[in-house]
Amino acid sequence: MHFTGNGIMSLAFPTSLAPRDAEATPPATTEQAAPRPGKSARRRLPVSRNWPTSIVMLVQMVILVGFIALWEISAAYKLIDPFFWSRPSAIWSTLLIFFTEGDAFTDIGFTFRSTIIGFVLGTLAGAALGLSMWWSRNYASIVQPYIICLESIPKLALAPLIILVFGMGLASKVAIATALTLVVSALTAYSGVQSVDKDQERLFYSLGASRWQVFTKLVAPTCVPWIISILRVNIGLALTGSIVGEFVAFQHGLGRTILYAGTTYDIALVWVAVLVLSILSIIMYASVSWLESVLKRNMAY
Amino acid sequence: MVSPPKLRLENLSKTFTTDNGDFVALAASNLDIPAGRFVSLIGPSGCGKTTIFNIVAGLLPPTTGRVLIDGEDATGFIGQVGYMLQKDLLLPWRTVLDNVALGMEIKGTPLKEARERALPLIQRYGLGGFEHQHPSALSGGMRQRAALLRTLLIDMDVILLDEPFGALDAQTKSKLQEWLLGLFNDFGRTVVFVTHDVEEAIYLSDEIHVMASKPGRIVEALPIDLPRPRHRSVVTTPRFMAMKKYCLDLLHDQDPQRSAA
Repeated sequence: MHFTGNGIMSLAFPTSLAPRDAEATPPATTEQAAPRPGKSARRRLPVSRNWPTSIVMLVQMVILVGFIALWEISAAYKLIDPFFWSRPSAIWSTLLIFFTEGDAFTDIGFTFRSTIIGFVLGTLAGAALGLSMWWSRNYASIVQPYIICLESIPKLALAPLIILVFGMGLASKVAIATALTLVVSALTAYSGVQSVDKDQERLFYSLGASRWQVFTKLVAPTCVPWIISILRVNIGLALTGSIVGEFVAFQHGLGRTILYAGTTYDIALVWVAVLVLSILSIIMYASVSWLESVLKRNMAY
Repeated sequence: MVSPPKLRLENLSKTFTTDNGDFVALAASNLDIPAGRFVSLIGPSGCGKTTIFNIVAGLLPPTTGRVLIDGEDATGFIGQVGYMLQKDLLLPWRTVLDNVALGMEIKGTPLKEARERALPLIQRYGLGGFEHQHPSALSGGMRQRAALLRTLLIDMDVILLDEPFGALDAQTKSKLQEWLLGLFNDFGRTVVFVTHDVEEAIYLSDEIHVMASKPGRIVEALPIDLPRPRHRSVVTTPRFMAMKKYCLDLLHDQDPQRSAA
């Protein structure tokens, strides 16, 4: 057979019959390959064929629908306790009420606003802090341990304190969101600063550049991809910060709705708020990804 | 009155202090380079070639001595010479045009004007059609061309080139050598060129300074009196071969085992 042929045959073989790989490998082959002393079993490159996108999406839909149906049915037949787990039909009707009669838009707006303000403040201030460490090595080595300490503090644990200082309103939510994003941004920007090529710096100085020119034309552009890479992480962190802020100090927002619904055993409303929150999170994540691609494309000025 | 040399190194030396004591990277050296000459420094690694360049470029303070440009003290001043480091160091986020314009921009030329000056040169010197590409789209040889143009365009009379063709394949290298000779003819700058490659040094230079290591120093100056413009075929002439052999022997004699024998 093919497999007992000389080297040239066996080399030529896989390309000609590769697509029919599975059928073309009879069990006899392994027996024929095995007797060769000192040679490991011959293998082909495993190839997994890609399904068309439509089929992948269909399977995804089936899983989703199946999951919801299973949930509904198990709740209907009391396999799970609908008091604690609620059920899709109840969640749906609560969702409609939430949007038609409830505070849906106020809550979404509130959470959205504190997230975005915290995200922008934290990212910009953090990036500025990180970049500033390029200016003086002494300053950087003095400040660095403090930033690492800040990083290790569980900032969410400080939420009650932050509420005391900044009050019950928007400011405290923004403060928590900023606190979560700032330190990460600073450390990332500082990594960017440290990645600046020393030879590149020498080139700039050999051209007679000033510190400011090196900073604006070399250090800052080098750090831009580092800062962009942190945007997606930061939007998630800022959202977490806002929600936790709303947990601690009731007034508005999706976090407050979740906590309120939980304490009043309105489980369907908890799910509604979580669902809305997830959609908000997906939208913000997608927007930041879009922003990231735009920034990357326009990086080359 | 005799005008001073374009570049003069006066009693220049550099000693680095390390944990294992002092290391003499460059023993006191003197060098005069007249205006408009193409001078090469050749020698083994660790002979202080790059140290000389860093001192002349103002990136490294010398332990003793001075650097004079046109008779004026230029020791420790940056931006007085064009310096091309071993790597091309093009900025990946800038287009080829803006990379070539970078030097002028740093010297204070507005970017628009710098671009206007750079564009015809890019087209004339073999990068036409690539001016709006990013460096990642260029081959190694083209990247070196862009880096060299950036160095030339800052309008400094003295240009230091540190093994610009060291990392290129033989064919690209010889193409770029001819390209560089063309540039040298057109611009008439004073070029100091560092290389490991003896043939390259002879082919390009008016004068070669052979260096030795431990401590780094200049051991001999060889004038290269081959007529210009030079055709590639000059490398096979007996005169060229004789000079190459002489240089190789000089470099080879520094081998500690041979000199001890």
